Amino acid sequence: MSTELAEVSEESAVALKTKEPAEPLFSKRRKRIVSDPLNEDNPITVQVLGICSALAVTVQFKPTMIMSIAVIFVIVFANLITSLMRNMIPNRIRIIVQLAIIATLVTLVSEVLKAYSYDMYKVLGAYVGLIITNCIVMGRLEAFAMANKPYDSILDGFGSGFGYAWIILVVAFFRELFGGGTVFVGTPLEFDVYGSIGGLMGTSLQTNGLMVDSIGAFILLGVIIWIQRTKNGYVEH
Amino acid sequence: MEAINIAIKAIFIDNMIFAYFLGMCSFLAVSKKVKTAFGLGMAVIFVLTITVPINWLIQEKVLKEGALAWIGTDFATIDLTFLQFIIFIAVIAAMVQLVEMIIEKFSPSLYGSLGIFLPLIAVNCSILGSSLFMVQRDYTIVEATAFGFGSGTGFFLAIIALAAIRERLKYSHVPDGLKGLGITMLITGLMGLAFKSFIGVAL
Repeated sequence: MSTELAEVSEESAVALKTKEPAEPLFSKRRKRIVSDPLNEDNPITVQVLGICSALAVTVQFKPTMIMSIAVIFVIVFANLITSLMRNMIPNRIRIIVQLAIIATLVTLVSEVLKAYSYDMYKVLGAYVGLIITNCIVMGRLEAFAMANKPYDSILDGFGSGFGYAWIILVVAFFRELFGGGTVFVGTPLEFDVYGSIGGLMGTSLQTNGLMVDSIGAFILLGVIIWIQRTKNGYVEH
Repeated sequence: MEAINIAIKAIFIDNMIFAYFLGMCSFLAVSKKVKTAFGLGMAVIFVLTITVPINWLIQEKVLKEGALAWIGTDFATIDLTFLQFIIFIAVIAAMVQLVEMIIEKFSPSLYGSLGIFLPLIAVNCSILGSSLFMVQRDYTIVEATAFGFGSGTGFFLAIIALAAIRERLKYSHVPDGLKGLGITMLITGLMGLAFKSFIGVAL
């Protein structure tokens, strides 16, 4: 047992000597690739990307979660594929190549949703297809994956994807709370907030119809952007 | 008559921006000056009026289940709907390129004003969105064209109005964190509220 271990460590020591010292799997730089888009360089609130398809699905928490997962899947794999192909893609036609990669992945997501969760497919409707034109995906391919190695590109995809996801999940949470009086409908955590508060007080609480409408989403996102930028001290000129 | 009604509905009630949030990226990015907003708005109307009917033809004659029956009875059972996204986006990208070349050839002055916005339009969500909505709602070709034109006009109206407001906004004191995107989102919300008053307008 001990000799085996010694052999293994010797082997790995030799391998280490012959190879260049590689960058650690989670080096500081790589951690920053993931953490920056979550807060300081958020795709929605700072870079102003991907608002198009984001707001329409945020009436309730559950469809928003499905949408987030779909976007994270598409952005990670599109980043990976583009990064692997980056030296083969001619510069002149790179936009259409990127669109083809994204459209293929989105078709995959849409077919899987149609097969396994038809209700969600109906709720999300045309917005699954609109991930193709989600500016975040195109933006990351152009700005990052075309110039970086596959592993870094995957990390960048996760960073941007989660940065997008947490903002729209917050929007969805508040829209559902104020617009429908409930939280997490359709998940195991489902809870009727307005109903139980109203029950305690012996009255029924009125929900805000504007929040279900698109107007509520605009104003809510405006306020979230305000809070986040004030916290980070970011000022746009 | 039905077509005119659909166009009016697409412009005022089911406005691409205020009701469906489509094309928000360019709506926010290119609305700092009225002049550039005008250029982008015109380009969007132009491209939408062309691509929606073309995608309608492709959907009805190629992609739909049984649509290939015009080739022969062997093809009557083929369903190519899963190719919808990739074909639609290819058509849009190709049409944008074609429109760009035609305008450059025949009207250099128009090209000068639209030129830089045309490539942007290929990835504008409202273009692909209109084609997908057109499929969902089972329009005829005349209705589809009217819908494309109406959606484009709705986008045009919204972006011009926002650009005009933002030009005036330079002279007001906005809190630091709210400057730029934040205040623009709030204004868009209020504009959407104003557009709500059109509900019920029909011929």
